[in-house]
Amino acid sequence: MFGPGESSTIIECSGDITCHTLHAILTSGLLFFVLLTAFAYTTVLERRFLGSLQSRIGPNRAGPWGLLQPVADGIKLIFKEDVTPSSAEKVIFWLAPMIKVIPVLLVVAVIPLGPRITIPWFDGKWYRMDQGLIDVNVGVLWLLAITSIGIYGVVLAGWSSNNKYAMLGGLRSSAQMVSYELSMGLAVVVPVMLSGSMSITDIIEKQNATPILGWFVFQNPLAAVVLFVALLAEVNRSPFDMPEAEQELTAGYHSEYSGMKFALFFMAEYIGMVAVSMIGAGLYLGGYHFIGIEKAPLLGPVVYSAKVFLLLLGMIWVRATLPRIRYDRLMAFGWKVMLPLALVAVAWTAVTVIVADELDEQSVNVVGSVVLLVLTLGGLAVWLSRIGRKPEQASVHRVEVVTLGGQGVGAPALHTLDRLFGWPMSIVNLLARRRLQQQDSDTHRDNAD
Amino acid sequence: MLSDYAPAAALLILAVGMSFVILFMSRLLGPYRPTARKLAPYESGMQPYGPAIRRIPVKFYRVAVLFILFDIEIIFFLPWAVIFRDLGVYGLVVMGMFFFILAVGFLYEWKVGGLEWE
Repeated sequence: MFGPGESSTIIECSGDITCHTLHAILTSGLLFFVLLTAFAYTTVLERRFLGSLQSRIGPNRAGPWGLLQPVADGIKLIFKEDVTPSSAEKVIFWLAPMIKVIPVLLVVAVIPLGPRITIPWFDGKWYRMDQGLIDVNVGVLWLLAITSIGIYGVVLAGWSSNNKYAMLGGLRSSAQMVSYELSMGLAVVVPVMLSGSMSITDIIEKQNATPILGWFVFQNPLAAVVLFVALLAEVNRSPFDMPEAEQELTAGYHSEYSGMKFALFFMAEYIGMVAVSMIGAGLYLGGYHFIGIEKAPLLGPVVYSAKVFLLLLGMIWVRATLPRIRYDRLMAFGWKVMLPLALVAVAWTAVTVIVADELDEQSVNVVGSVVLLVLTLGGLAVWLSRIGRKPEQASVHRVEVVTLGGQGVGAPALHTLDRLFGWPMSIVNLLARRRLQQQDSDTHRDNAD
Repeated sequence: MLSDYAPAAALLILAVGMSFVILFMSRLLGPYRPTARKLAPYESGMQPYGPAIRRIPVKFYRVAVLFILFDIEIIFFLPWAVIFRDLGVYGLVVMGMFFFILAVGFLYEWKVGGLEWE
């Protein structure tokens, strides 16, 4: 590994005005280029991966493996006719796509892509600089504030189109985004608590205390899950894509948009996917950290991209797996499930850290495990008390998907594993069946009466 | 310090510039042959019926009001979260009281049906 020698001078880049300006221009240009490329190839990734999940091929004609597909799509959209409906509010109609796309580009400004690096320059000196655009001490607030601006783009697009579908899509989307923003806001409180700082750099650095196990997803998995679900809803991804449900709203708030104005919305959606994956990876999955990244700080962006890539694959997989949920259930889920869970997650971390501080510095994992056990038992109790209440929701009949009728050692081993992990489900099934029989006999008695 | 945010201005300029260029691109390069039927609002091929912007169901308004209430309460968690280790048990107890009030308000709202989407 090369590095600055004993005699070379090291200059802090943020103190040197030339270096600072150059760093700002180069980093923002690079970030911009990377995001746009990521947008183009996320569309291909989605179509190809979704294709293989659905046993079809996906676009593979433009270029090798369909890699030139985004170029073809872009050229097609540029030469499409750009229609502005006569009854639309013209100025807002034209501004709305911009309002939607600018925040998703800006939000990544506070996210560092790698640890601080020291690089040589032509004047023989070494400069130490961040691998992110800005490192502000309120980075988390920046994330919350800038992502919220995107809602305006959606609402104004729906309203200014003067179209019923677009209006409904914009309204639904605004209600959905503000509802899930509550749980998102609570879920980003947890990393702030665990790291004691609102700077994204500090949050990521703090997660490197123990390699991999120090990532906040292992400190508070509940908050991580809440954050990922809320982020899915924030970017209107399936199964929360009600605002743009094709079957009932004909694409929702961007029904009336065509040509490159539509492309801007499309771009905002996919860059939004990349941006929220970066937020999720930075806050809970250790950002650019992996074992041994300190020795090669320039590999930080590669590690970060790998994590973002995995999260993107997860988002696409979710789209292939889950059907869209009904709008009233979507709102009920946001308010009645996500918000209480997020509150519980915050309380978990607060109690764990304070009790561990009072007892002993080393006991944080023990206390955390105790709290996790209590939470699991409590959740289980709530869940068990709910099973069998509504017969159509509790599945009584166990569906055998895999039949292990094979010979040899493998099948019995799998059977043993199945029994080992499956016994809680057997209890649940038994309870559900008994409760349903109880209800059946009750209704029979009622009918007899 | 406000100057900390200066580099973000470079990204902002790039983003605004790009979206401006893209916004006017297909008007410049694509065809433009408007007809009255083409410029009418899309309603699945039917004749547009009545205005699209009419009275909005009050439930959307209710969600907005509830959001403002809860968002302010949640933003209150953030400054506490930064220094809650220094505050220790005292901070936990005080925040627990706030949390309790928040939870009671939330449960009341749930109970009176403020969260139902009807």
